[in-house]
This record gives sequence, structure tokens and C-alpha cells, in this order.
Amino acid sequence: MQEILQELENRRAAARLAGGTRRIEAQHAKGKLTARERVEIFLDEGSFEEYDMFVTHRCVDFGMQDTSMPGDGVITGWGTVNGRMVYVFSQDFTVFGGSLSETHAQKICKIMDMAMKNGAPVIGLNDSGGARIQEGVASLAGYADVFQRNIMASGVVPQISMIMGPCAGGAVYSPAMTDFIFMVRDTSYMFVTGPDVVKTVTNEVVTAEELGGAKTHTSKSSVADGAFDNDVEALIALRRFIDFLPSSNREKPPVRPFFDDPARIDNSLDTLIPDNPNKPYDMKELIVKIADEGDFFELQENYAGNIVTGFIRIEGQTVGVVANQPMVLAGVLDINSSRKAARFVRFCDCFNIPILTLVDVPGFLPGTSQEYGGVIKHGAKLLFAYGEATVPKVTVITRKAYGGAYDVMSSKHIRGDINYAWPTAEIAVMGAKGATEILYRSELGDPEKIAARTKEYEDRFANPFVAAEKGFIDDVIMPHSTRRRVARALATLRNKQLSNPWKKHDNIPL
Amino acid sequence: MIKKILIANRGEIACRVIKTARKMGIKTVAVYSDADRDALHVKMADEAIHIGPPPANQSYIVIDKIMDAIRASGADAVHPGYGFLSERAEFAERLAKEGVAFIGPPASAIEAMGDKITSKKLAAEAGVSTVPGYMGLIADADEAVQISGEIGYPVMIKASAGGGGKGMRIAWNDAEAREGFQSSKNEAANSFGDDRIFIEKFVTQPRHIEIQVLADSHGNTIYLGERECSIQRRNQKVIEEAPSPFLDAATRKAMGEQAVALAKAVNYASAGTVEFIVDGNRNFYFLEMNTRLQVEHPVTELITGIDLVEQMIRVAAGEKLSITQDDVKLNGWAMESRLYAEDPYRNFLPSIGRLTRYRPPQEGKREDGTIVRNDTGVFEGGEISMFYDPMIAKLCTWAPERIDAIDAMADALDRFEVEGIGHNLPFLSAVMDHPRFRTGAITTAFIAEEYPEGFAGVTPAGDALEELVAVAAACNHVSETRATQISGAMDNHRRVIGPNWTIVVEREEFPVAITQNGDGSYTAAAREDADGTALSAPRKVSLGDWKPGTPLIEASIDGRPLAVKVDPTLQGFRLRRRGAEVVLSCLTPRQAMAARLMPEKIPADTSKMLLCPMPGLVVSIAVEEGQTIEAGQTLATVEAMKMENVLKAERKGVVKTIAAKPGDSLAVDEIIMEFE
Repeated sequence: MQEILQELENRRAAARLAGGTRRIEAQHAKGKLTARERVEIFLDEGSFEEYDMFVTHRCVDFGMQDTSMPGDGVITGWGTVNGRMVYVFSQDFTVFGGSLSETHAQKICKIMDMAMKNGAPVIGLNDSGGARIQEGVASLAGYADVFQRNIMASGVVPQISMIMGPCAGGAVYSPAMTDFIFMVRDTSYMFVTGPDVVKTVTNEVVTAEELGGAKTHTSKSSVADGAFDNDVEALIALRRFIDFLPSSNREKPPVRPFFDDPARIDNSLDTLIPDNPNKPYDMKELIVKIADEGDFFELQENYAGNIVTGFIRIEGQTVGVVANQPMVLAGVLDINSSRKAARFVRFCDCFNIPILTLVDVPGFLPGTSQEYGGVIKHGAKLLFAYGEATVPKVTVITRKAYGGAYDVMSSKHIRGDINYAWPTAEIAVMGAKGATEILYRSELGDPEKIAARTKEYEDRFANPFVAAEKGFIDDVIMPHSTRRRVARALATLRNKQLSNPWKKHDNIPL
Repeated sequence: MIKKILIANRGEIACRVIKTARKMGIKTVAVYSDADRDALHVKMADEAIHIGPPPANQSYIVIDKIMDAIRASGADAVHPGYGFLSERAEFAERLAKEGVAFIGPPASAIEAMGDKITSKKLAAEAGVSTVPGYMGLIADADEAVQISGEIGYPVMIKASAGGGGKGMRIAWNDAEAREGFQSSKNEAANSFGDDRIFIEKFVTQPRHIEIQVLADSHGNTIYLGERECSIQRRNQKVIEEAPSPFLDAATRKAMGEQAVALAKAVNYASAGTVEFIVDGNRNFYFLEMNTRLQVEHPVTELITGIDLVEQMIRVAAGEKLSITQDDVKLNGWAMESRLYAEDPYRNFLPSIGRLTRYRPPQEGKREDGTIVRNDTGVFEGGEISMFYDPMIAKLCTWAPERIDAIDAMADALDRFEVEGIGHNLPFLSAVMDHPRFRTGAITTAFIAEEYPEGFAGVTPAGDALEELVAVAAACNHVSETRATQISGAMDNHRRVIGPNWTIVVEREEFPVAITQNGDGSYTAAAREDADGTALSAPRKVSLGDWKPGTPLIEASIDGRPLAVKVDPTLQGFRLRRRGAEVVLSCLTPRQAMAARLMPEKIPADTSKMLLCPMPGLVVSIAVEEGQTIEAGQTLATVEAMKMENVLKAERKGVVKTIAAKPGDSLAVDEIIMEFE
């Protein structure tokens, strides 16, 4: 009997050694942890339960029959993060370079199926050289099997990808369809075609880092939602991030004990808006001062900075924040910021996360590059996303809410639940100067007259009261009481019920 | 009696004057520029009058505008504060003409003391000790030696036209005087084309010590002891104290009596300050007289119990001093720290912007008998603008003994929360802990001598570091415990927090076992299962009523109170106290093992870039793309705080790209240009 039990231990030991000491050392030398180390650091200590540890590939071509390794390049299973269940797969670069075989894919599919059934997030720790070339089309089929599950799981359970090594070619499309992608600086990259192919086809000379490193994807392409300095920091941050998310679309977002008075008054907010309407201020200060304990997990921080997206908690419960940022391009809406915010709003709506929108928007960015780039359809994405969202939506207009951008930013007209404005708000078709130049074109030659007209327009429209008189604003609130008012608004919306008409799915202007 | 005072100033001093006026039942009028619309002094005053655009030369120091405000408000007296119009005789005269009381000395006294040469002459005539020297022309080396001998060595031989150390020699004996005279003369002739030389006493181990005087218009003049202001950075006072740790009773009396004599000589009436330079042998020499309230007056108030502003108001109203010299008793010790919006890590460059957080320590008498006082003109959410003095607050402490006042200051600084802008609080804390400062062996060269390379923050070691490690371990225990209480956890499979953690500072590991005691406190002890730096002893940490999200911990370690500022970071906490800023990662043993494998990140190479050293406005760019530049060549000028800062090339190179243009507003570290 003892021998039989020992056999299990022996096999486990072999599986745990994965690609062997030499490859593990090579992995470490690159500043990377092994797949198993990553899982251990990511999950609560001792909570990982591994499945399919003994799975091996079935390939018999190119001499592969002589080199099978238990696990086949990916570690899969489940564990907990602060006691909440998550499914995880972690690709093992020490085994066949983490390449994806038919069986490797099957392991991933298995836990994804479980995650969907049991209602828990899927976390992918990606570190793979790509397809297992020796397996040919079987490997491609494996990818597609994973893709299909990414698609089916989308909106059912949160899917998060942490890119911790190479992720190239077709492999990128699985993370691409997950909800969030994070990367590790200097050791991860993602691209559809690598630098060699790029050079052959287009003659462009580019390094892997420039083409698809963390900096590129967090600041240029917006493929990634965030980046971290190393594996340990990334995995600890991922734990923090998961604490914000519900386990599935069947649950409300999690609630944590909190130590911040929901009625906390912050008098410094009364002076947040500068006297000069052309002077910027940092919207993030408002976000942090509304949030429980000043805790804000920002997403896509280095991309389209004119809009800020991320998670806070209010009364311990997750709230998604979308805010125009006057510090960057005056907080204007453009192609990039619309796309960034639209995707975030849709994520929140999928997973029952209330949305807080902070508005200071001078309008849409004019120009040929915007029009040629299709700002009409990209801007419509954000409008569409807000309009279809059925989660609680609370909006606070701090300063400018001009033109169509006012409508877009979770206005009352597109089912904003509670819409507040600060006394400094200016809800109008456009700024006073622009408006008078159109309305009083005939008087343009007379600067004195125009100045008087501008003043007249300012007095009449550069305030929140015209909108409040019409009921488009539920109340004009003091800046210092914003946290209290937002918390109370969200409290009234805890049991909000609203559903859209039946449809197969909508047709958002992609 | 005066009924309504207009304060022709702003900031903390305006607020300071308003406080006393209010106490005396006198109405107050504030004046403000566009930049001060929401300022604290405007809120505090009974009335406020707008006087123009932000620059002081278009508002606060325009006499006509102040006069208009006086007429508009009906004020019957004006307090000028310090700076601005406080030492402008013309202003005092204008007020006199209009029958408005000037809460300050007569115009004639301001005028007499306003000129360096006249004031020195008057001082000498009044029997005040001045720096011995010979102002006439010196014919030859023999005469130089003779004069030097008369003055007494060491002496300084200076070129009349000199500056920047050129044509300047210090001589300790006849031979050096002879040689110094000749070389100064040659150098002066070559450098300035003017070889006139003069000689004066060279003051060794100089200290800046000043006497507070108070006089009424009935001929009564007293002195209220001294203040030592030797802790200066580039002639800007940073830390002041009263009394001076250096003076004995005899010297104090001598200085005080000379100061009174000078005040009497110019018919002084009001509060004033006579500044002296004092050498290592307690010889003191007159520097100048400030005919106004000094910035650092609170330390005198704390040790004498006299409200100087009140006395000034009473004197201006024509009252007789109710205090005689015999009534003046110096009680205990007071310290003042000037909290400036200057970034100590960037060579004290001004830092402007919004005070996103401003929470001064609790004022008043504390349990241990020490007193905390904070004079300020700012508030949370207020703005430190580029137009005025970058002072945020004057924090004062009082205790019976000097060392206790220093410790009280260090404690108060630890509890002073200022965020949003760079400030010198860490530097002030560092000075309070500096052994030389604590012994009182200071001179005006203290900062230059002790921080020759500038200030890079305090690096805690030994107990100081271990205490922070213990605090971080306890904070981590609180926040990790809370993390496990999230909803949706699997019943019966909850995460259990173990006692074992590794606290990492830089790359140094402290393996710690943290356990909670019955009284809610924690014990942090060394762990034996892991390598690293073991805590030298178990430490009992109490976090008081700290909860995650609170920025200040009133902790105690082994029963000793300890205030620590805390901010969560991705992997742990940033803790700040006593001028130190330490980032501590709190890792599980498994995470710590993995962290060891992580490569050290080398920060991006910025040596090939010119970064904006402070927030400011680009005035000019002096080079073009492709241009070859030499080390020291001017590259750009950035204006901040009304100061034009010339940015120069550190080394030879070629300009690759220019990213900024004149008129751009830049933030700290924004790229101005890149080099090849």
C-alpha cells in the first residue's frame, strides 16, 4: 500500500519539477518566476488545488513522443483570493516554452467551463512561446477552443489576463477577448507579428519591447490596462484588483468592511474649481476624496488621460468611476477617450457595478484627424454604452458640460439615475464666447457689444440652474458634501431594477 | 482707542494681526489681490477690499490703492505686517497726513534705520557696538597692517568694488594682512578696475542674534530678550529660537541696553528689532534695525507672555507701556520652524500648487506641559501661488527647557500633514534631530556646513528603522485582516492570516512574526525560520485608533508615543517621520522569497534630457535643435514664483529635440529638451 501511495508522491514531484532545474534557473535569470511560483504567490497560501497535473501531450511527430512532460506546459486549477474562489491557469515557459498544444488547450478549457458553471473569475497568467508547431493544426484548434470559451464567458465571469512573458501571434487573441490585460514591464510583450516578420514585410526595424512591450500597450495601443514592475508586484496588484470584482454576473460586487464615514465632509473641495475657467485642476483629487479611504485603482492610466477610469469603493462596495480630466486636453472627448470609457462602462454594466460619472467636458475634439478617424462612431460607443447600461448611474457635473458631450456623459436623458451638479457647473450648448459669436454674428465687429452679449450669456447659461429648472439635474449640491450625496444616492439605488427589451444582442457601433 | 484696523498685508501675518484685534474688540479690514480672493485672511477679517491684480507691485505695495481701501472702509489705523509697505517711510507719512494711525514706528525712525550707512553711524553714535573697521582709503601695506592691528585680528580685507568673494582676504596676523592687502588690491584692480580697499573685523563663528525692543511714544523703551536666528539658508531664516542657547545674562543685558539706546536715539515707538552678529567669544556687533514686527516674533511672545501685536496697537493708540523692564521675565524656551513650500529634495526650489491636504498639529497646551502654536495663512484646498512668499506656516513650540522644546517641535512636525506640494518639513525634522543643533553649537553656517551636498532625506537605521518595520507589520496585519472579511468568500474556506511576514526595505529583509495581544496591541518579533535582518528585540506596537485610510498613526512602541504618517502602496506602506520617508513592502514569506529573484530596476536615463526642475512658465529657450552646446551654457529660462531660473547645460552636447516653447506652463520633470 505504501508503495502505491508513494507512486503518487513521485509523480507529483516529477510534475512539480516541470521543465527541470536548469530551465527554472534560466527563467529566474530572466527576472521571471516559474508558473508554479506565480500561482503560489497569487493565491491565498495553501489554497491552490491543481487539476490535470498528469496530462501529457499526444503528439508523435518530430520526435515529440520521446519528450513528454506531465502538465504539458500549463498549470491549471482553482484557489482563493482573500477567500473568494478563482480559477487560474499559468503557462509554464520551462515546459516546451509554454507552447500551446491540444492538451494544453484542453486543460485551460476545462477550468473555463468550470468557472462558467460555478461562477468564478478566470485568471490567465500568460507566458508562452506560441503554438506547439509540432502539433500543427491541432494546436490551432486548441487556440480556437479557448477563444470560443473566452467569448462565451465574456460577461458571465470576469476574465483577466496577466501577460508575464511572450504572447505572440494567434495567442494574443485570447487575452484580447478577456476583460482586462495587465503586463509586466521589461519581461512581457504582445504582438500579432514579431519584429522579424515586421522587418521582412514592411522594412520597419523595431524591437520587441517597442513593438509590444508594456509601455507600448499601456500608452499607445491601449491593449493593456496596466503594467507592473515585476512578477511579484504584478501578482500582488492582481489580488487587490480582484477584490473589486464580483465573481460572476449573478452576483453583486463584493463589500468589504470600511473605515471611512460615508457622510464625511471635505471642505477643500469647495475650492477645487479654479476661479479661471481656463485653468485646469486634477479630477483625480475629487475621485480620491469621494472614495472610501482614498483608495482608487486606476485603469489605463497612461492612455487617453483626458478621461479617467477605475474602481473605488463607497460604503465598502465597488463603484466604477468615469471622469473627464481637465488636466489633459481640457478633458475633451475624442476617439481614444470615448473608446476607453465605453469599454469600461460596459464592463461595469456586465457585472452589476454601479457607475459614478464626474463631468467636466468642453465637448468633442474637433479636427480632421478625429473626423477621419471616425470620432462619430467612436463617440457613439460611449453614448451607447451609457444608454444601454442598467446598473445604478450617478453623475456629478463639476464644471463644463457642453454640447453633445453633456448628453453622452451619463446625462439624465440617457437614464442617469441621480444627476447632481456643483454650483460651478455650466450646462450649455457651448461656452459663452462660442455661443455669442454664433448668436450675434452681425455684432462681431463691435467688441464692446460682443463682450456684453457674452456676459449676458454667461449670466443666463453658465450655471446649473437652467438644467435644474427643467429637472435634468436632480439637485445642485455643495462640493464639500459630494461624498455624502453620492453615497446616499448609491444607497437608494441598491435595489434598482431595470431591464432592456429582449434582443439577441444589441448592435453597438463597433 | 482704535476701532478699525486695516491690515495692509496678506497671509499668516494678516491672520495673526486679525486674531489680536479681534481679542481686543477691534474690527478688521483685509485687503486682497485677485490671487487671494479665497485666502484665509479675507475670510477671517470683518471686511475685505479688493486692491488689484496678483503681483504685489500692482496691489499690496501700491500706496494709493491701500489709501483708497482705508477711505472706503473707514479704518482708523493700519497694521503693515512685515515686508510690503512695513518699512516704507513714505507710507507712514501718508497715513499721518490723513490722520490714520500707523501701527509701527514714526516715519523718521523708519527712514533713519532704512539706510545701512546712516543706521550704522547712528548706532555708533548711540554707543552701540558696530563691526570695527576702517572705511577710509588705505595707502599701502604698512598702513593696512597698522589698521589691522588696531581693529584686532582676524580681519577681512575687502575691495570696495568687490563681490562674489573676489578681492577678499582674511588675515589672522600682520604677515597675512600685508600679503592680503597686496593681493586684494591687485585682484580688485584686475577685476573691477578699482583698487580701493577697506578693512573690517572678521567675525568668526558668527551667530545671528537679535533683540526685540518695545517703545511707546512717551519715552519708555524696554527690551524683551533675544531671538537666535542662526539657522539660515542663503540668508533666509529657517529656524529661530528664544532665548539664544549662547548668551549669558551679562551679554543679554549689554545687548538689550544698547538696543534700547539705539531705539531711543531715533525716538522709536512700537515694536522693533535690533539685529546683531555675535562671534564665538560673545562679542556682538550691530547689523541693522528692523522697524517692524519680525516674522519670528512668536518665539518672543511664547517666552515673555507678551502679545507684541497688542502692544503695537496700544502704542499706536498713544497708550503708555504697562510693562517695565523689570516686568520682563524670560520663561522657558521657544522654537519656531518656518514651513516653506520649497522642495528640499530639489535643492529647495519653490513648489507651487494646491494644498490637497493641510492638517496642522493640535495647537495649545499639551498633557506634558509643552505648548504648540501654529501661525498660518493657508487652509486645506488653498493654493500656494507663484506671486508671494512661499511660506506655509510658522510652527512654534514651547517647553521649560530647550531640549524639550526641540523634542516637542519634532513631535509636532511629525503630526503636521501637508500634501499636494513639495515642502521643507522633512528638512526641519532632520534639523531637530541633528546632534549639533541639539547641543546649541550653531552658527549661521550651520546648514552650509552640515548639509554641503543639500538634503536627501534622513535614512533611518537601527532602532528608528526597526520601529518603522514594526509599525508597518502591524498596519499590514490590520489591512490584511480586513481584506479577508470581504463578502463572497467561500464559507469554511476563508483565508487565515499567519503571523509570519517579511518586511522589505530597499532590498533588506526583516522576517517578522506579528501577533495581536489581548489589549489590541501587537507584538512584532524576529522570526527564526528565515534569513534577513532580525529585529534586535520584540517590540510592542499599538496603533491607537488607526484604521486603514487614516493618514496619521498615533502609534506607540513599547509605551513610547510615535506619530507616523502612512500611505498605502501597492505592496505595503510608505511611512514618514522625523525627516525620513521609507517604503516598506509587507510580503508573505513565499512572496519574499520570490521578490529576491526580481531584478533591480534601473531608473530611466534622464541625463540626456533637460527636465523642468519646478512647475513654472517657460520664458525663453536659448538654443536650437541641432546646436552644439557647452557645459554651463544657458539652455532655457523658466519662471516660477516670480523668479527667473536659468537652466544651464551640465555637459557638452548637441540638442536633439526641443519639446517646450516660450509661454508653456510646465510641471516638474516635464521634458524641455533632449540631447543626442
